[in-house]
Amino acid sequence: MTGFPSTLPLLVAQTRYQLVTFWRIPVAVFFTLGLPLIMLVLFNALFGSGTFSTSEGEISAQQFYTGGLAAFTAVSATFTNLANMVPLRRDEGVLKRWRGTPLPTWVYLAGFIVSAVIIAFVGVVLMLTLGTVVYDLEIEAAKMPAAVLTFLVGVGSFAALGMALAALVKSASSASAAANAIILPMAFVSNIFIQVDDAPDWIVALGNFFPLKHFAESFQDCFTPFVEPPAFDWASMGYVALWGVLGLVVALKRFTWEPSGSAPRGRRSRRVAVDATT
Amino acid sequence: MHAIDVRDLRKSYGDVTAVDGLSFHVEAGEVYALLGANGAGKSTAVEILEGHRTATSGAVEVLGVDPASAGREFRDRIGIVLQSSGVEAEFTVREVIELYGGCYRNPRPLDEVIELVGLDEKVDARIGSLSGGQRRRVDLALGIVGRPELLFLDEPTTGFDPSARRRSWDLIESLGDDGTTVLLTTHYLDEAEHLADRVGVLSQGRLIAEGSPDQLIGQVSGTVISFMLPDHVQAGAASATFGDLLGGDVRLSGRLVEVNVEQPTAAVHRVTGWAIEAGVELESLSVSRVSLEDVYLALTDADTSGEIS
Repeated sequence: MTGFPSTLPLLVAQTRYQLVTFWRIPVAVFFTLGLPLIMLVLFNALFGSGTFSTSEGEISAQQFYTGGLAAFTAVSATFTNLANMVPLRRDEGVLKRWRGTPLPTWVYLAGFIVSAVIIAFVGVVLMLTLGTVVYDLEIEAAKMPAAVLTFLVGVGSFAALGMALAALVKSASSASAAANAIILPMAFVSNIFIQVDDAPDWIVALGNFFPLKHFAESFQDCFTPFVEPPAFDWASMGYVALWGVLGLVVALKRFTWEPSGSAPRGRRSRRVAVDATT
Repeated sequence: MHAIDVRDLRKSYGDVTAVDGLSFHVEAGEVYALLGANGAGKSTAVEILEGHRTATSGAVEVLGVDPASAGREFRDRIGIVLQSSGVEAEFTVREVIELYGGCYRNPRPLDEVIELVGLDEKVDARIGSLSGGQRRRVDLALGIVGRPELLFLDEPTTGFDPSARRRSWDLIESLGDDGTTVLLTTHYLDEAEHLADRVGVLSQGRLIAEGSPDQLIGQVSGTVISFMLPDHVQAGAASATFGDLLGGDVRLSGRLVEVNVEQPTAAVHRVTGWAIEAGVELESLSVSRVSLEDVYLALTDADTSGEIS
């Protein structure tokens, strides 16, 4: 008897399949890749001539927005994307179908995550290209290793957090609402849309607590002229990674392949089941 | 070795017991139908055998292993057609068959799968554009793409039009002829009668009867006389009127009167005599051998009213 197909081709096939899926859902493409680019153009048109002063130096608004929105794109492609798609596939019963095949379950989930990282990479490159061509963004080769590592730590952690949210929500419709309810307010307090260093203390504290600001700032630093190479911000990366580990633990503990409601669980559904049998 | 061996299987969710001491086995190469009403525990039992759920207690062995802890090897040897589970709507039939087929050691070629399930014309159509019956055929296609030794079919033809149903039956029969073991759940009695080598009747999570369709039918002797209730007879009076007349218990479904009798010649004589005297026509009058449906109704009526157990 022939052996199983080897893991790498399976993972490539799964990644390709998730990328094709993404590409065939126009709404996902628009919100993940299109909207951040539109925001970049709009923010620059509105506020692009100014500068922001930070504790370390002056940064032009154009550089601020490009770096921050690039980080935001990476988060949309991983956290928001996974928190939307995974519960959708679970509701549809697609996850359960895959679990019944000989494909190792981790390969299926890895396909989801690797494809999300690739989408994030494409989004970030698009953003940085537009920033360089139009908005005066400076790319310094000496800071690129830091940019790549910061990107990888960020997408890894936000992918884990996306899987955690996917594991915690019951249905796809609540997942989509929850992902946006989390990420949009978080973006406002995390130096993505506006600079918050002069904001009220509680907003600063909120931003400092969640991982997005740490990710956005450390990624912005890789493109900020006054930050000297190599620009590794180990403390921020470590903090983001800590959240990533937390996300991973929750995802591993709570992940289910079954659509909710397919088996009676929890008090309310149990009562319904009792009613149905009597 | 049996393909499936189930001993004293129990599954409860909180206070609800879905499967309550189920025992049965399926021989290799056999087509076995679990028959039961909605909520009888069919799907729960099958999902335990597939490895999708764990049993509360009892022993389960499928293809020689415990499905709850079985791995990739096991899932390569089985095919699953769940009662309701989606397929990626953004993909074409060709794409999903190739994608899922690519995970098995020895998948069937695309053309063979397409021909078996009869989706030739839809091979490049997106799943999202297919009708319910066509999607169900995609389910079947994904169930057989890995050349399973054992195929689980959970209500495979629910929602099919009659011709699609016949086609699926032909497919299941041909798989059975090729030596594939099939565990089928259904609430269509004609489906079980047509396809199954053996039938297990499930009620309230327990097996209440088992045997070949002929054996089960043989358990209930008699002949069924049926006709439409004449207009002037009230539904409530049907039992009294025809029970005595025909000498059997009256089963009333809508306006259809069915009575199982031991001596059909005399019974037909009496009821037609009554009709002629009353000047009414007994519409749709028929006399037939008992069917699996009569057996099933007799068994489940008895079970739910507590006469057996």
